[in-house]
Amino acid sequence: MMRYTMGRLISLCLSLIVASIVIFTVVEVVPGDPAAYMLGVNARPDTLAALRSELGLDMSLPERYFAWTTGMMQGDFGQSYTYRTPIAAMIADRVWVSLPLALFALTLTIVIAFPAGIYAASRRGKLGDLGVMGATQLGVAVPNFWFAMILVMIFAIKLRWFSAGGFAGWEGGLLSGLKSLLLPAVALALPQAAILARVMRSSLLDMLGEDFIRTARAKGLSRRQALWRHALRNALIPVLTIIGLQFSFLLAGGIVIEQIFFLPGLGRLIFQAISARDLIVVESVVMLLVFVVIVVNFVIDLTYAAVDPRLRLRK
Amino acid sequence: MSLLSIQNLSLSIHGTAILHEVSLDVAAGEIVAITGESGSGKSMTAFATMGLLPQGAQTSGKIALEGSNLLALSEAQMCSLRGRRIGMVFQEPMTALNPVQTIGAQVAETIRIHEKVSRHEALSRARAMLTRVGLPEARFPLGRYPHELSGGQRQRVVIAMAIALRPRLLIADEPTTALDVTTQARILELLRDLTKDFGMGLLMITHDLAVVADLADRIVVMQRGRVVETGATTQVFRDMHHPYTKALFAASTHRVDLPKPPPPVPLLEVRNVTRSYRGARHGFFGPRLETQAVKAVSFTLNRGERLGLVGESGCGKSTLTRAILGLEPVQSGVILLGGAPVWTGNLPNLAVRRQMQVVFQDPYGSFNPRHRVSRLITEPFHLLENPPQGAARSAKIADALTAVGLRPEDADKYSHEFSGGQRQRLAIARALINDPALIVFDEAVSALDVSVRAQVLDLLAELCRNRPLSYLFISHDLSVVRTITDRVMVMQAGEIVEQGPTEQVFAYPQHPYTRKLLAAVPQLPDIRKAPDAS
Repeated sequence: MMRYTMGRLISLCLSLIVASIVIFTVVEVVPGDPAAYMLGVNARPDTLAALRSELGLDMSLPERYFAWTTGMMQGDFGQSYTYRTPIAAMIADRVWVSLPLALFALTLTIVIAFPAGIYAASRRGKLGDLGVMGATQLGVAVPNFWFAMILVMIFAIKLRWFSAGGFAGWEGGLLSGLKSLLLPAVALALPQAAILARVMRSSLLDMLGEDFIRTARAKGLSRRQALWRHALRNALIPVLTIIGLQFSFLLAGGIVIEQIFFLPGLGRLIFQAISARDLIVVESVVMLLVFVVIVVNFVIDLTYAAVDPRLRLRK
Repeated sequence: MSLLSIQNLSLSIHGTAILHEVSLDVAAGEIVAITGESGSGKSMTAFATMGLLPQGAQTSGKIALEGSNLLALSEAQMCSLRGRRIGMVFQEPMTALNPVQTIGAQVAETIRIHEKVSRHEALSRARAMLTRVGLPEARFPLGRYPHELSGGQRQRVVIAMAIALRPRLLIADEPTTALDVTTQARILELLRDLTKDFGMGLLMITHDLAVVADLADRIVVMQRGRVVETGATTQVFRDMHHPYTKALFAASTHRVDLPKPPPPVPLLEVRNVTRSYRGARHGFFGPRLETQAVKAVSFTLNRGERLGLVGESGCGKSTLTRAILGLEPVQSGVILLGGAPVWTGNLPNLAVRRQMQVVFQDPYGSFNPRHRVSRLITEPFHLLENPPQGAARSAKIADALTAVGLRPEDADKYSHEFSGGQRQRLAIARALINDPALIVFDEAVSALDVSVRAQVLDLLAELCRNRPLSYLFISHDLSVVRTITDRVMVMQAGEIVEQGPTEQVFAYPQHPYTRKLLAAVPQLPDIRKAPDAS
């Protein structure tokens, strides 16, 4: 187990290094001088040079790369070109919206998908299975922004249970914060839950066809018991993989939903930064997202080993 | 009253009749074997008894266990019966256990779902049962996972699960088919002892008549869903009535006549070949362990010679085969075919490789289902610089198909249109089509029913008479190797421990391992050796 964890950790660090180099290079080769962009076309050359030096744009590429990465490790992401404020603070504000939203949506996804998938698998070919499969088909096909608009129309405009957008902040307490995230989280979660339920079902059905299920039945377990005690844990491996992918998507990919609900999240930040050619913000937010994705994958890898003893190398 | 009494059991699945009026009895303490070829309905009889039939199954007749009719019980009643009064052991021990649960938990589960006992007590009873089936605590603690055990050890765990509550009846469906001969012998011995100790009835399903002869008190021969002959084992073997029983017996003991091999001229020379694999590191920066799968092996296969290679799983047979075929490089030593090396530098030598072909075990998995036979069997042509085209190609295909007893018209069919035996003929046709100098048969008849196997062996003998055929025949089935080879090599732990003329090695084995291997082979009554040989 120790070796497995160490191996995963090393691969995590390598991924981070490679990712940071790739992100840095890509942003660097994009044409356009941020300083010129900020000062406009009529800027005087000496003002431009002064700004360039202030932003650190006059350093060599490797110098800037190391300044950027070592800064990030100390929590210093640099200054935004457009707002002239520390990026760390900008990200921190947004993370407190995006991260809870992603976790909330992921929880909903799992809470919906697991029972649906397990139910469908246990009723294979019967009416219940067909019902769940039909619903998930719809869930996969319909885009989440459409769900979002329907939810707003029903729960915000018609029933007036929730506000149609905006984020109340966490100052008013956990509940009011969660309440303002509920509709976006549901809109994000429904299509993901549909995908995950289908994966859960097919993975379980694969497992139910395995020899060890027949052995379990020969011991006297009912179909249901065999499913819960033997098939489920084995079926989790592919499901965990999908959950890892979904979390990454939910964290960064909520941009459309953030727009619809006027949420000040990371997606909107990155969108605004790209429009304003605020490359250092883009760079930093992307790097942060990559970091989270890689860490999530690391956690998923550890969960694999917890689920499947064959992955825990001995010694 | 007998323990299990099946009377006039008929079964159909989605309207297709599977069993017709099957009747048989098993008494307490008795071992009854159902035997027959694939599709005879022997496994379905067992699953019907367990109440584990596939969906769409319709049964009629009666299956009585100690007087109560199992077919009339509800699913919930069957659940309380399975594992408690009937236990079952399956064919494939590698997949029969849940890979993510410890063996202790899996054995204890049988106890815990039927009896209200504490987890602790269930585990201690599981411990006792595992020890009873030959898995002592010192080497096999309860916390072991299935992947840490060998096939034979896993089968012991499955047996421990099945007998944990001392059921009245144990059903074993081909329990040793997937195991090596020596492991098979030990598992059969365990089953026999358990039957005696616990006074259980054992209903054993096997296609192997020799296993039946060694183990069973009574035997039930099935063919196409019907019981065709039944009686005490000794009596059935002494006095067979039904033609199918006779045919089955004849096929099991089938011998072929090989023509005399030509005077020895070396074709394949293997000199001091060593192949090792790098194992896991010891500690984080520790050294990697090397596993030597093949250790300094040397032998020669002469032109026109039929050479056998036997040994248990993990002995290095497959590694050696891959090295000979040039599929993997070796660490040291040379392999020459007709004087030319199989590997030159870092690349396989194509000029040599095109002179070798291989026939594998699985007649179902070794063909692409989307290709026609004409394409399947001409695959070796890609090794040729000028593959035959047009009429010459068609003639080659027709020749190869005719040689293996198929028709030239079969070239337009797909592999799923053929039976298992016919597919193995196709595989042989594919191997023959380039007229290779050497063919490697890797367990080529192991997956076939006895009667089909006998036909394929006849085909090989006929091919040997009609063309200069040299082959290496790798098998764990010693009786097949005995009849189809001129010389045999015995491999153990990466080394060839004995080699010599086949008949001599079988009749007068010199190495202790060869003797152990031969002693473990179950024997049919009339080919049983003198007592000193076992």
